[in-house]
Amino acid sequence: MKEYFRKYVTLRKHNAKVAWKKMKRSKMCYLFLAPYAILFAMFFIAPVVVSIFFSFTYYNILEAPRFIGLQNYISLILEDDIFLQAIKNTLMIAVITGPLGYIMSFLFAWLINELPRWVRSVAVVVFYAPSIAGNCFVIFSVLFRGDAYGHVNALLMNMGIIDKPILWLINPTYMLPVCMLVILWMSLGTGFLSFVAGLQGVDRSQFEAGYMDGIKNRWQELWYITLPNMKPMLMFGAVMSITQAFGVCDVTMTLCGYPSTDYAARTIVTHLFDYGYSRFEMGYACAIATILFLMMILCNKAIQSLLRRVGT
Amino acid sequence: MSKKIKKEKVEKEYRKKLIRRRKPNRSIAGDIFLYLFLAFVALVMAFPIIYAVSSALKPLDELFKFPPKILAQNPTLDNFSDLFVTMGKSWVTFSRYLFNTVFITAAGTAGHLMIASMAAFVLAKYEFPGGQTFFKLVTVAMMFTGYVTAIPNYLILNALGWIDSYWAIIIPAFASPMGLFLMKQFMEGLPTSLIEAAKIDGANEWKVFVGIVMPNVKPAWMTLIIFSVQALWNNKAATYIYSEEKKTLVYAMQQIQGGGIARTGQAAAVSVVLMAVPIAVFIFSESQILETMASSGLKD
Repeated sequence: MKEYFRKYVTLRKHNAKVAWKKMKRSKMCYLFLAPYAILFAMFFIAPVVVSIFFSFTYYNILEAPRFIGLQNYISLILEDDIFLQAIKNTLMIAVITGPLGYIMSFLFAWLINELPRWVRSVAVVVFYAPSIAGNCFVIFSVLFRGDAYGHVNALLMNMGIIDKPILWLINPTYMLPVCMLVILWMSLGTGFLSFVAGLQGVDRSQFEAGYMDGIKNRWQELWYITLPNMKPMLMFGAVMSITQAFGVCDVTMTLCGYPSTDYAARTIVTHLFDYGYSRFEMGYACAIATILFLMMILCNKAIQSLLRRVGT
Repeated sequence: MSKKIKKEKVEKEYRKKLIRRRKPNRSIAGDIFLYLFLAFVALVMAFPIIYAVSSALKPLDELFKFPPKILAQNPTLDNFSDLFVTMGKSWVTFSRYLFNTVFITAAGTAGHLMIASMAAFVLAKYEFPGGQTFFKLVTVAMMFTGYVTAIPNYLILNALGWIDSYWAIIIPAFASPMGLFLMKQFMEGLPTSLIEAAKIDGANEWKVFVGIVMPNVKPAWMTLIIFSVQALWNNKAATYIYSEEKKTLVYAMQQIQGGGIARTGQAAAVSVVLMAVPIAVFIFSESQILETMASSGLKD
């Protein structure tokens, strides 16, 4: 046992020495990496650590943070009904718009892949434009206006489906569906671009080999040739859609107001803003941020292990 | 037995013919159906944007017509000129807001391009202890939104004394993980022999980076620029910047949008002005962006 232990230590020492030598030799690399690494550590790694630290304290900026253990988490989950509502809304939005937006991105990228070149470029602009159009989605508040001047109301009334205008953005029953519609409209984002580019890069000869081996229709082609080739892009797209799906707040805040009626359109991020920037309960807000962080990372990991099995 | 062989032969002939056709495995009916479907979806996707543009062109009486019309009957540019009148009345001038946005966007993008490319270069082309781990950390950082780090970022920026200055927006934008990720993936496609040849000729790392690597990754530059411009141009900056004279154009314009029903036309005009820039930039650089995105896959 002692022998084994000594060997282990010697080995480790040796490894460390080798690594140290390597590090000395690649000084140049560290110099190149340093500016980015420092900023990245400052604005991406440190905030996560700081956030986890403050989530165990009571901190309101004016007084020094006071350690209170798990109290923040306990009150979040057991006492804060609005937070539970926010979690419910966020999950609803994420579960519906996330996968749907992801599938839409891939489906449209795949369908436009065979169009002639110039039609394809136009199609990419048309599909991608909503996600980069900034706050153009504000226009939906005109379309879904609560009085009879709103297009949706006017259309439904003319068709005789409803006899008085619906308050789309004020009535809690309709808020979330309208928001989901808008989010879906904006969901063909970076992942979509990645899919379009990836589909162009699939090797043609693989398809020809596939035809010889008896692939009969475009669905078989998709499952046996295209999807396995697209795996890295599928992973990247998944990361993008998950991040977006959990971070919803702009759309709900702009369309349904902040705070919205009965908190029916409150999401986790909105709750975070409320406590962080309106009430300055930083410790509590950090607890919310930490929960959101864990949800996003876990969901990403789960989806990635799922995607590894595609096409095998 | 011979029948089976014959059948296989026929099948093989058929398959060979299939390859010679321009589009194997596609039926005409299916194609037509798909094109119709795509045209319909494209119309639905484009509708809100078209509607925003047409609302911006509507005179006041048409905005409140019943039943509402989708396209403007007598298009005018009144809403745009009203917009400038409204902006002109605020005590911070329009040009100041514009300058703020342009400065933040330009400085943030330039720094991001430089810093991220340097890091991407060594991560893609050299092996050194910690390199892989660092890159993994960056990909993890892409998995959570900026909202998670918003509050601690505020505290950190506050400690640095950058709150209420342009740096609060510019410096964090330098470290955006997305840019590094795309740049690194693209640089991996560069042939290593190119770099080795230059080294044999006696160039040091910095010369290789500036003289050989950077000119060869121009498509990736464009992509980084686009993503960075999009993010910064649309940045409201309201949580980090308090002084009115340092606020961005987007913030100022959204104040107009919040002006209620009387400003519906102007609000639409604001949307059109704000979305014009990112969409125009995208149209000009689409092919280069797609070239970069081809290497964007997340391998494990």
